[in-house]
Amino acid sequence: MATREEVVTGLAEILEEVAGVNPDDVSEEKSFTEDLDVDSLSMVEVVVAAEEKFGAKIPDDEVQNLKTVGDAVSFIVANS
Amino acid sequence: MTKPDVVVTGLGATTPLGGDVASTWDAMLAGRSGVSKLTQEWADQLTVKIAAQLAVEPSEVIDRVRLRKLDRSEAVALIAAAEAWADSGLADAGLDKERLGVVVGSGIGGAQTLLAQDDILEASGARRVSPHTVPMLMPNGPAAFVGLEYGAQAGVHAPTSACATGAEGVAWGLDMIRSGRADVVIAGGTEAVIHPLPIAGFASMRAMSTRNDEPEKASRPWDKGRDGFVLGEGAGIVILERADHAAARGARVYARLAGAGMTSDGYDIVQPHPEGTGAARAIAMALRDAGVAKADVAHVNAHATSTPVGDMAEIAALRAALGDHPVLTATKSMTGHLLGAAGALESIATILAIRDSVVPPTINLDDPDDALTMDVAAHKARPLQIAAALNNSFGFGGHNVALLFTRP
Repeated sequence: MATREEVVTGLAEILEEVAGVNPDDVSEEKSFTEDLDVDSLSMVEVVVAAEEKFGAKIPDDEVQNLKTVGDAVSFIVANS
Repeated sequence: MTKPDVVVTGLGATTPLGGDVASTWDAMLAGRSGVSKLTQEWADQLTVKIAAQLAVEPSEVIDRVRLRKLDRSEAVALIAAAEAWADSGLADAGLDKERLGVVVGSGIGGAQTLLAQDDILEASGARRVSPHTVPMLMPNGPAAFVGLEYGAQAGVHAPTSACATGAEGVAWGLDMIRSGRADVVIAGGTEAVIHPLPIAGFASMRAMSTRNDEPEKASRPWDKGRDGFVLGEGAGIVILERADHAAARGARVYARLAGAGMTSDGYDIVQPHPEGTGAARAIAMALRDAGVAKADVAHVNAHATSTPVGDMAEIAALRAALGDHPVLTATKSMTGHLLGAAGALESIATILAIRDSVVPPTINLDDPDDALTMDVAAHKARPLQIAAALNNSFGFGGHNVALLFTRP
């Protein structure tokens, strides 16, 4: 199972590919929309890519609760 | 009510001849062909293995992350619009965005996105289809992205009339300003469908040239050896502006858009009327609308796509509506046929012909059709004083658009 740190690194790679986010800017307290400027459609791409990378199923109604990178990390660590 | 004068204050293009207007125009005047062999593997199975591909890839201009959310037709529209907008000087003019409109159409739309996402659907399942698919493939996507880029709030429109689309965009832009709905309109057309499916479709209609061994000679309007059009890609955008608005800010004016005519054949879904009656009515309408006499039209940038029937039907229409005197050219001999962008790109060529007093050449016109009785600037650019010039565009579906530009 992936550690929190590994998940942050993995999400940073996805965010760079999908939304052009600098990996150095990605940390647990950052908000996807406010801080990292990920639009709603790109967020869908991030979720699908994260599911694939970490083998976690992220239900659509869960996505709205994933405000920060840390929220996503917690969900993925608990569900993969 | 008198119609307000409308002028052109900005030009932008990305084409098979160049990544901007200046390089495209230089290549046109030099008589260069933008047609080349398709080296992609998918071309092996096609009867048509040539096309006029962009001289400058969008990836050289737009960053990777933005580009992955844009269909190629949207990317080239944004590139051409950026050039036209900068050229107009409107960025620093304090323009009221509620008075800024957009009319940018595409003949086919986001076909490359549709087909690529269908491949993903088939190979990997529905969940892998990109959430950007719909804004990338919707036919109003290019207009909407351009509108968003410049904050246009007077209305964003996407007329579609196959190969007349680009000209129709310019004509509706004129209408928006004349009717008082906008002071400035970003108008034109875009197309990017160099993909095996659209090529196979056009090839199955026997509409395309199969002169695969001589790509640069394949597009040959009015020549006896013509055997169909050559598919091109790119975008053309013009900034239309109410003349008093342009004058008040001291804008540089390229030309007046003096009038437009739009008709429909009501004859056949793909064949032009053999006598070009619908086209002749569009030309006559543009002259009336502009208040310009036939005799003053010195030059015509013809639709002339290099198809056996269409090229000569247009000659019949021109003779009926104008007479034999104008000097013609078919710039598609160099650019290929940009479908929904063609009328916009050729508007730009018409405007620059007026500005520079020169008719760009029609290359490959080695053995003119016996029915070609009008004067064509064959092989080489020809100096000519031009007070007024016409640009024709016709589209599958029987759409006819004629635009009349005059010296400012």
